[in-house]
Amino acid sequence: MALIRQLQDSLLAALRKLGAVVLFLGEILAQCPAAFARPALISAQIHNAGVLSLVIIMTSAFFVGMVIGLQGYDSLARLRQEDILGAGVALTLIKELGPVVTALLFAGRAGTSLASEIGLMRATDQLAAMEVMAIDPIRRIVAPRFVGGAISVPLLTAVFNAIGILGAWFIGVYVMGVDGGAFWSQMQEYVDPADIGEGVSKSIVFGIAASLIAVYEGYNCAPTAEGVGMATTRTVVTTSIAVLILDYMITAFLI
Amino acid sequence: MDASRAADNLIEISGLRFSRGSRLIFDGLELAIPRGSITAIMGPSGTGKTTLLRMFTGQLKPDAGSVQVAGQEVARLSRPDLYALRRRMGMLFQNSALLTDFSVFENVAFPVRENTRLHERLLRNVVLTKLHSVGLRGAADLMPSELSGGMARRVAMARAMVLDPELLLYDEPFSGLDPISLGVVLRLIRLNNDALGLTSIVVSHDVAEIAHIADHCFVISEGKVIASGRPDELANSESELVRQFMTGAADGPVPFHYPAPDYRQQLLGTY
Ligand SMILES: Nc1ncnc2c1ncn2[C@@H]1O[C@H](COP(=O)(O)OP(=O)(O)OP(=O)(O)O)[C@@H](O)[C@H]1O
Ligand SMILES: [Mg+2]
Repeated sequence: MALIRQLQDSLLAALRKLGAVVLFLGEILAQCPAAFARPALISAQIHNAGVLSLVIIMTSAFFVGMVIGLQGYDSLARLRQEDILGAGVALTLIKELGPVVTALLFAGRAGTSLASEIGLMRATDQLAAMEVMAIDPIRRIVAPRFVGGAISVPLLTAVFNAIGILGAWFIGVYVMGVDGGAFWSQMQEYVDPADIGEGVSKSIVFGIAASLIAVYEGYNCAPTAEGVGMATTRTVVTTSIAVLILDYMITAFLI
Repeated sequence: MDASRAADNLIEISGLRFSRGSRLIFDGLELAIPRGSITAIMGPSGTGKTTLLRMFTGQLKPDAGSVQVAGQEVARLSRPDLYALRRRMGMLFQNSALLTDFSVFENVAFPVRENTRLHERLLRNVVLTKLHSVGLRGAADLMPSELSGGMARRVAMARAMVLDPELLLYDEPFSGLDPISLGVVLRLIRLNNDALGLTSIVVSHDVAEIAHIADHCFVISEGKVIASGRPDELANSESELVRQFMTGAADGPVPFHYPAPDYRQQLLGTY
């Protein structure tokens, strides 16, 4: 009984937070036209998020690609179907692993830094000072970071996929001896534009979710050192859960 | 309130009530601040002085009562009107609140860049003039992390003045300043006020310092104004509580302690 109560309470709390986040998104979107009028602010944020995440994305992608290459080769070799390794790897990465893993890594690297940066501004009254200077912090600080993050994630996902496929090629063709021509031609044969569309839509949704959660947690953090720390932790936890839930929903919707 | 009085008061507060959680911070506060004057707001720590400044800027809204700035009811302003009003104010935060990513120069330039379309050459002159007036023109290229607390305070002061506001709010401008900077800041507040014809509100514990420059003082305690008048009037006041403030005694009509259960009982664990 107590357990049910507790579950009920945390479900209610989650719903309330969802509502607050959606309202916050509305506030940000209202300021987006003003933010787009200053592209320099946005490109600085894309640069920030991109540079922060690029190394970790590329390293992870290469290893993820190599693992899929190995596992895929091992399974396919039992069926004597090694030639379709390229197609299998590409589909796995483009439709599923690329968007999901990129979003999770983005949350860990760029999301935490966004949340702590904005949280620190809250804790040190910088946001309050802007308000008094008649400068809307949502327009000047939050919106460019949100837009920059949301644009970065699809770009990083593309990089992740490309490097991942390269990793799988390295293992499959170079190490395991799959025929290189078959690797690429089967990939071309089996990967449809629809598959790419699925991956791209996922990465766009994940990018919006990850950036939104990061700026929300930072903006609404308790104005103390502890509050900033909690905001960064919550950014990673909430983004991970949100990305996995959204991933299921989009997949179920598209299949 | 008759029209002629309203016209020469920049700020009028009546019946202000405000609480944080269960703690009542203002309980029927009344205050009027005439244009062109320097007004000191004094009171024990935690009495709500910073909170009061945030009512003037519309960052907090009263539970009841009215807060009027320049004849406008702050809590009822639309967003654009509130931002328009804020453009006529400058505020010095208790902890300076400089933007940590920007240099000293860019910090002072920030409100100008965001609110106006001033030409870069002109902007440079304006910013350097303001920095010069607080004695920090030479520190223009430093980052906030490279400043001492007192220097940061003076940069924040330059930033608060840079748009030549009508109303300047100073939250604890003297804490952490050495005697020389303190004298400079005191003179600067007076000079700004008289030369630019603005209205200044200074929150301070430094009774002796503020008495030099203030035209009028309010002492706030327990949600109300408990004394007001010219500094010399307060200094010669017969009232016990005002004397307590002037001499800095811990016990008297103004409580030093935040409301708490009985000390002895709490220590003995019987509370
Ligand atoms: N964000 C907040 N949430 C809850 N209570 C708060 C908050 N900020 C301030 N308070 C409470 O409001 C009261 C007034 O705070 P305020 O900062 O206005 O005091 P102050 O007069 O400026 O004190 P000081 O001279 O120490 O700066 C304090 O008792 C404080 O506990
Ligand atoms: Mg204060």
